[in-house]
Amino acid sequence: MAELDTSGGGKHKGGKVRTKKKSTRVDLTAMVDLAFLLVTFFMLTTTLSKAKSMRLVMPDKDEKNPKDQMAVPETRTLTILLGANHKIEWYRGLPGKFIGAPTTDNFGKNGIRKTIEEVKQKIFDESGGKPMIVLVKPSDHSVYGDMVNIMDELNIAKVDIRAIVDILPGEVDLLKRDNNY
Amino acid sequence: MPRVKIPRKSTAIDMTAMCDVAFLLLTFFILTAKPRVQDPIPVDQPSAAIIEQLPENDVAVLTVAQKKIFIGVEGVEIRKHLLQEMDTKYKIGFTPEEVNQFSALSSFGVPIGNLKQFLALTPDEKKAYVQPGIPVDTTETSQFYDWIRNARKVDASLNTKEMTIAIKGDSKEEYPTIAMIIKALQKQKVNKFSLITNVKAIPK
Repeated sequence: MAELDTSGGGKHKGGKVRTKKKSTRVDLTAMVDLAFLLVTFFMLTTTLSKAKSMRLVMPDKDEKNPKDQMAVPETRTLTILLGANHKIEWYRGLPGKFIGAPTTDNFGKNGIRKTIEEVKQKIFDESGGKPMIVLVKPSDHSVYGDMVNIMDELNIAKVDIRAIVDILPGEVDLLKRDNNY
Repeated sequence: MPRVKIPRKSTAIDMTAMCDVAFLLLTFFILTAKPRVQDPIPVDQPSAAIIEQLPENDVAVLTVAQKKIFIGVEGVEIRKHLLQEMDTKYKIGFTPEEVNQFSALSSFGVPIGNLKQFLALTPDEKKAYVQPGIPVDTTETSQFYDWIRNARKVDASLNTKEMTIAIKGDSKEEYPTIAMIIKALQKQKVNKFSLITNVKAIPK
């Protein structure tokens, strides 16, 4: 590209031969081109966003001392069963000793989130300020995404006492009865 | 009347500042560059609203999709030692060349008996090869159990840190596969997991 010739030069009256002063400017265009090419390359090949993750803590399975396990007060328990096709069924109390009937629910703002909030408040009032305990039981037909979803809902509702537990045969029957399996 | 001559301006622009900026950016990207790792199998991660950062080092990522498990351990040194540890148990006899090959693998899913053949493939052949996944069951004798156990052991001895076990699962994956992995890991007293997820806003 053309640069301004600042050297002056030309013939002078005195007839003295002067060496032409050369411009010290270098054409940087090509260099900039190259630099931006490399920048683009590195931008596209690197992962800028780091992996995000959700923390999952499973209850410690101590097979040697099963007696150390904590008994769960049934009045404060909410059990969430995960069925097939993103369906959820929940109940309070123990299997066979329900507090209220088991209810089928789905994901979403008016579904399980509302339920969790309501039951949480109810248990809080009934027990005089004690927290709710949630047991999540994914069935064999549920998918991993559902499990992540429900744990996320519990995170959103700030339910700290929760666990993923194996489903019982009676609960599978319950899911089957309500066409959720 | 003489015309007023407007002196012609040069169209050249001073590139110095632009060049400076370009190279500054270039340096930044080179220094922060970490090549993007291709998943060995397509994974559709679930999304979650409440998440935290996954640490970059001392992580073992278990990729789970289509009932297959792939193990990826961060760190070249750790991978080298891991293969040597596994070799002492399974007595395959990996050459130093193969150990180097293995340390370049970001993630793999072949039974240890086939690992020698797998490492001998060219990069293109490796891509085309359908990996069957690491053999896993809930007992303490599966290869999966040994891989994770040794990875944790190596990480503990090299970096004196507890290894984070991250699970990168496909959201359509049936739960029993995940449950089996979790059970196998709980046998070695790993009770904390990081589930790799995408970010989503809390749906209103």
